[in-house]
Amino acid sequence: MRREPLLNAAVFLGLLAVVLWARATDEPFTITLATRVAILALAGVGLNLALGLGGLVSLGHAVFFGIGGYAMGILASHAQSYSPLIEWPVLIEGTKSMPVIWLVAMAASGLAALGIGALSLRTSGVYFIMITLAFGQMFYYFAISWPAYGGEDGLSIYVRNGFPGLNTLDPIQFFAICYVILGLALWLFSRLSRSAFGLALGAARQNGERVMAVGIAPYRLRLVAFALSGVITGLAGALFADLNRFVSPTMFSWQTSGEIMVFVILGGVARLFGPVVGAAVFILLEHVLGGLSEFWHIYLGAVLLVVVLFARGGIIGLIAGREVRHD
Amino acid sequence: MIKGDDDMNLKTLAMAGALGIAACAAQAEVKVGMITTLSGGGAGLGIDVRDGFMLAIEQSGRSDIEVIIEDDQRKPDIAVQLADKMIQSDKVDVMTGIIWSNLAMAVVPGAVAQGKFYLSPNAGPSALAGKGCNKNYFNVAWQNDNLHEAAGAYATDETFLNAFIMAPNYPAGQDALTGFKRYFDGNIAGEVYTQLGQTDYAAEIAQIRDSVADHVFFFLPGGMGISFLKQYADSGVDKPLIGPAFSFDQGILQAVGDAALGVKNTSQWNKDIDNPANAAFVASFQEKYGRLPSLYASQGFDTANLLISAVETADVNDPDAFRAALEAANFDSTRGDFAFGNNHHPIQNIYVREVIKEGDVYTNKIVGTALTNHADAYAPECKM
Amino acid sequence: MSLILFIEQMLNGVQFGVMLFLMAAGLTLIFGVMGLINLAHGSLYMIGAFAAAWVAGMSGSFVLALIASLAAAAAAGALIELMVIRRLYDRDHLDQVLATFALILIFSEGTRWLFGSFPLFLEIPPYLSGPVTLPGGIEYPLYRLAIIGVGLLVAAGLFALIARTRIGIQIRAGEADREMIAALGVNISALYTIVFALGAALAGLAGALIGAIQSVQVGMGEPVLILAFVVIVIGGIGSIKGALVGAILVGLTDTLGRVLLPAVFAQFMAPQAASSVGSSLASMSIYILMAGVLVMRPSGLFGKA
Repeated sequence: MRREPLLNAAVFLGLLAVVLWARATDEPFTITLATRVAILALAGVGLNLALGLGGLVSLGHAVFFGIGGYAMGILASHAQSYSPLIEWPVLIEGTKSMPVIWLVAMAASGLAALGIGALSLRTSGVYFIMITLAFGQMFYYFAISWPAYGGEDGLSIYVRNGFPGLNTLDPIQFFAICYVILGLALWLFSRLSRSAFGLALGAARQNGERVMAVGIAPYRLRLVAFALSGVITGLAGALFADLNRFVSPTMFSWQTSGEIMVFVILGGVARLFGPVVGAAVFILLEHVLGGLSEFWHIYLGAVLLVVVLFARGGIIGLIAGREVRHD
Repeated sequence: MIKGDDDMNLKTLAMAGALGIAACAAQAEVKVGMITTLSGGGAGLGIDVRDGFMLAIEQSGRSDIEVIIEDDQRKPDIAVQLADKMIQSDKVDVMTGIIWSNLAMAVVPGAVAQGKFYLSPNAGPSALAGKGCNKNYFNVAWQNDNLHEAAGAYATDETFLNAFIMAPNYPAGQDALTGFKRYFDGNIAGEVYTQLGQTDYAAEIAQIRDSVADHVFFFLPGGMGISFLKQYADSGVDKPLIGPAFSFDQGILQAVGDAALGVKNTSQWNKDIDNPANAAFVASFQEKYGRLPSLYASQGFDTANLLISAVETADVNDPDAFRAALEAANFDSTRGDFAFGNNHHPIQNIYVREVIKEGDVYTNKIVGTALTNHADAYAPECKM
Repeated sequence: MSLILFIEQMLNGVQFGVMLFLMAAGLTLIFGVMGLINLAHGSLYMIGAFAAAWVAGMSGSFVLALIASLAAAAAAGALIELMVIRRLYDRDHLDQVLATFALILIFSEGTRWLFGSFPLFLEIPPYLSGPVTLPGGIEYPLYRLAIIGVGLLVAAGLFALIARTRIGIQIRAGEADREMIAALGVNISALYTIVFALGAALAGLAGALIGAIQSVQVGMGEPVLILAFVVIVIGGIGSIKGALVGAILVGLTDTLGRVLLPAVFAQFMAPQAASSVGSSLASMSIYILMAGVLVMRPSGLFGKA
């Protein structure tokens, strides 16, 4: 099958083409939508690492998305009000610098993923789905009732954070940042899936005992995959917060976890570009159907149902055909 | 995404058609972007605001106000996205429509920072009333604490001594209890925060029964209030209930039934406020939509009339003149007297209502005035 | 807190647990027999409540309303089993989650389209309303006692169904070895439709019973769905006994957490802060319970490893 790489290239360049066209015709909102697609796709790439490569069906990825978002919100709100984050034992100030925020977001969500993964990976199957959901709900209720950073009202950041040498308030420059990061994440995903680590992870998904027999501990493999997955989704959360200049506990809700999962499945599980296609189609549907009827969720549901029932392998599977497995 | 623009134009045309006006985008002088909740949970409130707003626009007969309506699904990130679209693509002049405080906090600061006017038909978070007030932000409903403060004042007037107070554990709930306590002179016999979205209140009702309280103040909007009222009525506890109007609006009361009868609640509006504007509003709303208007519909109606009054006297492209016209609030409010304070929040009467049954329909009647010409507690902090 | 109040709160916890069991029973039955995760179970609960409210509004009879809720939910269940669900049995959990998530969207907005955006009215019948006095002087609503009764009846009925009847034998055989019972000539697809409709009917009954003391509105199914999942995961998926124990455990944890945690924090904090912190922790308590149980026993309390 050579169609999938072609399709992938078309999708990736297509997203860029839409943005350039929108710039030429002065449609800044279309650029905003495309940026949204890139960021949600990035969150999906994170989940796809756990879900597609590792077979770990996590219904709690909103935790990492939300932690990334709040890392941005908390740091930027302290910088905005010139009040230090911590004064003792060391002085930590807020910041409006994107690279610093990204590092903090990735570190925080990675740590959370390590902790949650270490506990959750003791279970499997439906129990794993549900324990990740439970962790999501814990964070959600905590964020709603924790008054320090706005509770359910969330946090508004009045000006988008800065990136050295760029004007992030210009929609196309902010899109460029997200687009490059998405590209890097996709490159990392494709490298990982073909690396020894990725192959062992795939083998562990299909047959845990067989991997153990050759001396690899599936638990550790999965934990590393889960943590990496959390890091990427956390970074997407920080970018998403910067896109909206706003964070709220909704980012932690189980519906957010569900939507990230929908992107991955809609596009095609374990396909490199599955989340990108899924996020793009989802945003397009939301935009088009939402204009047609107040009751557009009915149509959205019908489309999802048709994809699950009749297009196994998602949209990419439908267009590029079944994946040929080499394992 | 090209599609997106098509469907927007389609919607605009459909709307102009519905109004019997041959408007097209080029002729419209004022573009209004309405972001409100039209699908999913809580859609009833957004639909009422929209219907009230559009009724006023229709009655004005003006063809120079174009309204673009979008559904935020009660999600803050969708609301922000729609606001970006309206500001960047549709190039609206005025925004309105948001129901929920958390969505307002996501949209309003950004919108007014970009020079847009925002007229709030429902949410009034304290962050936008005090230090965070803005010259382009006008609240036509209330500051969030107002109705709770009125409940506290009413409890004091009724010489209640011990209050049991209850609200969900989120910022609006915490503000509600603070607002009640600000105007209540008695003791707090119990203070309980429930879970947001909680449906079973047996444990709280047992605590109420066990406490020394002589009345209960609760703020439980939407379905939470319905559940609590039904369960409380069935529990046999007979301490009087007081609440803000949100659990007793026209849309919800029919679902509560007898359990709400006789309960006192505080509101800045009711359908029996005696003035010509209100009488005309109630009659025409009922005629057009076939249901009694709610509090939210009245707020949508007033918001549109405020806008119309400003459009009549000033050009929206001259922000200072337009702002002055809004500040004058020169329109016939369904509430009777209406004026803005220095922070662009209403100064108005807040009434005490009692739930009654008229024929088969549960509704409210005004039984007293809790606070007269009431402004909010945050106004002094606002420096504009 | 007095002893009487504490006992009353325990009773409230048990009662809340039984309410959850009504919902969880169908969910765990469907999972146990067909291995299907059904997120749309909450929609069936909503359908039951709406059918009951509609019929009660037309006829004024609560008994007719309950019958309508059973019939409507069973019919809706059978319909989606025939059209959608049966294509999902041999799929992985991922596809099941997504497909039944899509069903939630369709059912929720479809119901809103039919009945409008405002909550419906459904009330307790006069012969079950008001409180009764229990030994020890506790005043307790009769209707809540009735819910406990119905819940225990359903539990007993399900145990009997599975242990004693022909269909129960087929269900147990099907759980153990699907191919084998098909080979023995049992019409397995008819069996699955029946089991799914039965689970749906239970959800519908729960919706109608609970709808009378809560709010009958679109979206009422999702919060209780998540709680029901917590229940069956704690109990061990597929086990009716596990669902009953899990439900009561969750009901007690939630109710006592809400009551006791603010009181505990009030010992060393200001009342308002104590109430706020205590209730935050209480809202997380059942999820902490669930995570704790799963870390100790990865297949729940009564699950098969």
